[in-house]
Amino acid sequence: MIDKSAATPQAAVADVFDGARIMIGGFGTAGMPDQLIDALIAHGAKDLTIINNNAGNGETGLAALLKARRVRKIVCSFPRQTDSHHFDTLYRAGEIELELVPQGNLAARIQAAGAGLGAIFTPTGYGTLLADGKETREIAGRHYVLEYPLHADFALIKAHRGDRWGNLVYRKTARNFGPIMAMAAKCTIAQVGEIVPLGALDPEAVITPGIFVQRVVATGDARRAAA
Amino acid sequence: MNRLDREQMAARVARDIPEGAYVNLGIGLPTTVANFLPADREIFLQSENGLLGMGPAPAKGDEDPELINAGKQPVTLLAGGCYFHHGDSFAMMRGGHLDICVLGAFQVSERGDLANWHTGAADAIPAVGGAMDLAIGAKQVFVMMELLNKSGDSKLVAECTYPLTGLRCVSRVYTDLAVFDLGPDGAGIIEMVDGLSLETLRKLTGLALRDGRASACIPE
Repeated sequence: MIDKSAATPQAAVADVFDGARIMIGGFGTAGMPDQLIDALIAHGAKDLTIINNNAGNGETGLAALLKARRVRKIVCSFPRQTDSHHFDTLYRAGEIELELVPQGNLAARIQAAGAGLGAIFTPTGYGTLLADGKETREIAGRHYVLEYPLHADFALIKAHRGDRWGNLVYRKTARNFGPIMAMAAKCTIAQVGEIVPLGALDPEAVITPGIFVQRVVATGDARRAAA
Repeated sequence: MNRLDREQMAARVARDIPEGAYVNLGIGLPTTVANFLPADREIFLQSENGLLGMGPAPAKGDEDPELINAGKQPVTLLAGGCYFHHGDSFAMMRGGHLDICVLGAFQVSERGDLANWHTGAADAIPAVGGAMDLAIGAKQVFVMMELLNKSGDSKLVAECTYPLTGLRCVSRVYTDLAVFDLGPDGAGIIEMVDGLSLETLRKLTGLALRDGRASACIPE
């Protein structure tokens, strides 16, 4: 019997290694897998490269991982926010490397990795600082920048419900990067409100097919799961 | 000098958004345009974090931390609205599916170059978000900004000095003093507030400024 469920968030992240490249889902705190991040902090892996849209908000989740100084480099589109003080402090002290990527290019590079593409030509960023030094091409009269896929060793994402085969459905705008990150990582770990029996998820409504998910861990977030 | 306040600017932009348009309103001032869209017009608001058919802010107590807009504020979803992931969202934005996006700006050049993501200051932490995708992806890019900065310099310029977000992408600029159409021939004035003359506006901006007003055939 195939059962991708992990007993605890700690068990789910146990094989994360120092220096790993980790995608973390979420847009701000919506869709951020907070319990997996807490488990990762407790686990102690360091020198991590984190791929996320932001660079932490407030004190919890990704912000707490940054505060614990486990992150060597962050790849994101929008680090600077009113409550990104842990990132701001590390950045100003030169203690974290930042790769700033336009948000759509971040998504497209993640999708390219998941889809097995070698690179993409994107119009976004052409003629700007963020395309400095990059190869460009004119195709049918329009200018494009060559960008490479973003792969990861692990993706930590949050979904609404999952089953033991790893099929996932999401909730509202918490979906954001979850489905595309799940496709781009060697090992995708999903934190879900509840794990339901096979067949309980409407196959027409499954957003992430289980082939993209290696582990599922239920957090028993009853309030969200009931909504 | 007469000038439009921020609400009047938002109302002015809202007037130019037609029934059936798919629209993305940028973070900050552009978000307020939603408050002025007439109730009898069906307009689809897209938010880059993954929703189409965005509704107003929820009543106090009804906020859902998993239903937010691009500015990470709680919002609602209209009947008929839907959710999607970031790949689909940016395909909408980059792929030419949005009719209009409305963005703020530090500077816009008279030929439509946009600078709105980074001041270039050495100690600034850069953040770009979806600005570069919106700038080059929507069918029409409207900018909404005060014409002059705090030092009284025009933000509509011959050439941007701030780092660019996109090249030749802005088609129209709504300001507190005038509305401009931009193109390969430079900026033209569509309308301006009462009491302002074309000469004053040319002096303020340092630009030649075509007279594109409906009454432009009438000599001044």
